[in-house]
Amino acid sequence: MSAETELLGMPESLKDIKHIILVLSGKGGVGKSSVTTQTALTLCLKGYKVGVLDIDLTGPSLPRMFGLENKQVYQASKGWIPVSVPTTSGGELKLMSLGFLLDDRGNSVVWRGPKKSAMIKQFIKDVDWGDLDYLIIDTPPGTSDEHISIAEELRWAAPDGAIIVTTPQGVATADVRKEINFCKKVNFNILGVIENMSGFICPHCAECTDIFSRGGGFKLASEYNVPYLGNIPIDPTFVELIEKQTGFKESLVDLYKDSGLYVIFSKILDNVLNGEVKSGTDQ
Amino acid sequence: MTEIANGQQILPPDYTLKEPEPEHCPGPESENAGKGDSCQGCANKEVCESLPKGPDPDLPLIKENLANIKHKILILSGKGGVGKSTFTTMLSWALSADEDLQVGAMDLDICGPSLPHMLGCVRETIHESNTGWTPVYVTDNLATMSIQYMLPDTDSAIIWRGSKKNALIKKFLKDVDWDYLDYLLIDTPPGTSDEHISINNYLKESQIDGALIVTTPQEVALLDVRKEINFCRKAGINILGLVENMSGFVCPNCKGESKIFKATTGGGKALCNELGIDFLGSVPLDPRIGRCCETGESFLDEFPDSPASTAILEVIESLRDAVGDV
Repeated sequence: MSAETELLGMPESLKDIKHIILVLSGKGGVGKSSVTTQTALTLCLKGYKVGVLDIDLTGPSLPRMFGLENKQVYQASKGWIPVSVPTTSGGELKLMSLGFLLDDRGNSVVWRGPKKSAMIKQFIKDVDWGDLDYLIIDTPPGTSDEHISIAEELRWAAPDGAIIVTTPQGVATADVRKEINFCKKVNFNILGVIENMSGFICPHCAECTDIFSRGGGFKLASEYNVPYLGNIPIDPTFVELIEKQTGFKESLVDLYKDSGLYVIFSKILDNVLNGEVKSGTDQ
Repeated sequence: MTEIANGQQILPPDYTLKEPEPEHCPGPESENAGKGDSCQGCANKEVCESLPKGPDPDLPLIKENLANIKHKILILSGKGGVGKSTFTTMLSWALSADEDLQVGAMDLDICGPSLPHMLGCVRETIHESNTGWTPVYVTDNLATMSIQYMLPDTDSAIIWRGSKKNALIKKFLKDVDWDYLDYLLIDTPPGTSDEHISINNYLKESQIDGALIVTTPQEVALLDVRKEINFCRKAGINILGLVENMSGFVCPNCKGESKIFKATTGGGKALCNELGIDFLGSVPLDPRIGRCCETGESFLDEFPDSPASTAILEVIESLRDAVGDV
């Protein structure tokens, strides 16, 4: 594609997508993929058409999160066809990840920056998403190649903004601060901060222990004057649900409906959706 | 000595490309730069052709600078947030508790440096002298190096592409005055990309003892850790062993144990059996570890009798055995 056609604006593949939300965090292992998964499941349960794009190229977790390991992506005339998650909720859920393109799940993708950038470009331009209400983009930790590339690729697509995920402890929020500064530099609107792994309720005695401390997310949000979306406790049943989903008859979407976290997420996303009226692309 | 305040100024001049690298780009620094099929018609062709080629002339310099370091250990994990930096910190405290050992800890996580926080030296700065950059000393026998020490502001974001990160990593190896060290512990970011390829390439001539792999018990983490192990095998990095972190949590109220990150597929141990790697042990989740990392205190000194301390020290013992140092 020449420089002139690029100037025409939004890539063809994103034309029928109403909203684009990124899930970011400077820190690894804070639950970006888990928040992405739950955001997608919740929106799907609310009846929306949702697409999920995984740009964590060297550590793609989403195929496993959605129970879609070993699934294949097919090439059609309009581009790659993302993998569909079965659902009976009225919504739609589709996923694209580099995980689908690997021969073996243990294979490593040892790529330097330019190759990662090229892949992300392809993910943005060559996936046939069709009609979507929401595209959620899950990212790797850091502020490097993947992040610069996605910011460049989305510059004409007017993404709604980013959900920032952190865990409560200072060591994590220190890295997340850097991510917020990144968002400011590339003009990503910040939809809000979610504090994940905030407290663990002992199943034996119901005592809540703040394993990774508490309140760091709220402090961070107020310091940077961005919305605080709420905290999510550590829930081992969610981990178990993810790990054992293939053993159930119902789809993950239906299983999630009964999870205690759905209630929390539903509330968080209602806040985000309401906020969008003010800051979204509908304007 | 001059104080270095701004990370931007001290880096070697970075070449600038006229447009982003095309697909199938052989890499501006590779031997085939400017000669590949995709180089024809690329606006960068001339820039790439003019860059130095062949074996990296800096490798012998790195070797010379690191000649007085006995053991070099990488701390790796494909997954983020499993405790790489925490474990590097524990290793640093435990080894440097022996006054006869000189220990260095190097932070390769350029975009999310955590070591300075955990060692309690975030606000330190690097000084330059005629022997190179002087690392930050936490104690007399514990030296550290991280990009954090060069940031104009603690919260500054380092928005760098790979080539720039590689240049800094090279600087850490070539120009930091490590002096004599018994151990150089190298903390890495998650993934298998520029930092990992570079550290392995740069240390090719000076030999790495091997890698310590850190994981948590759940399969979503193990999946990424498999990839890291696969990378080590492709790159010829010896694996010293694997440690499982955050396995099990004992409620401080009722002493009941919970598996927070459930090992539905057998956890680190099963992975080790499957792939033929030494399992060095598992460390339970203890909220006090996190608290000590916040304040930069040594958990091993503060709570020497806790089960986590015992577990960590056992892992470190096995690790020292693995590098042939008793």
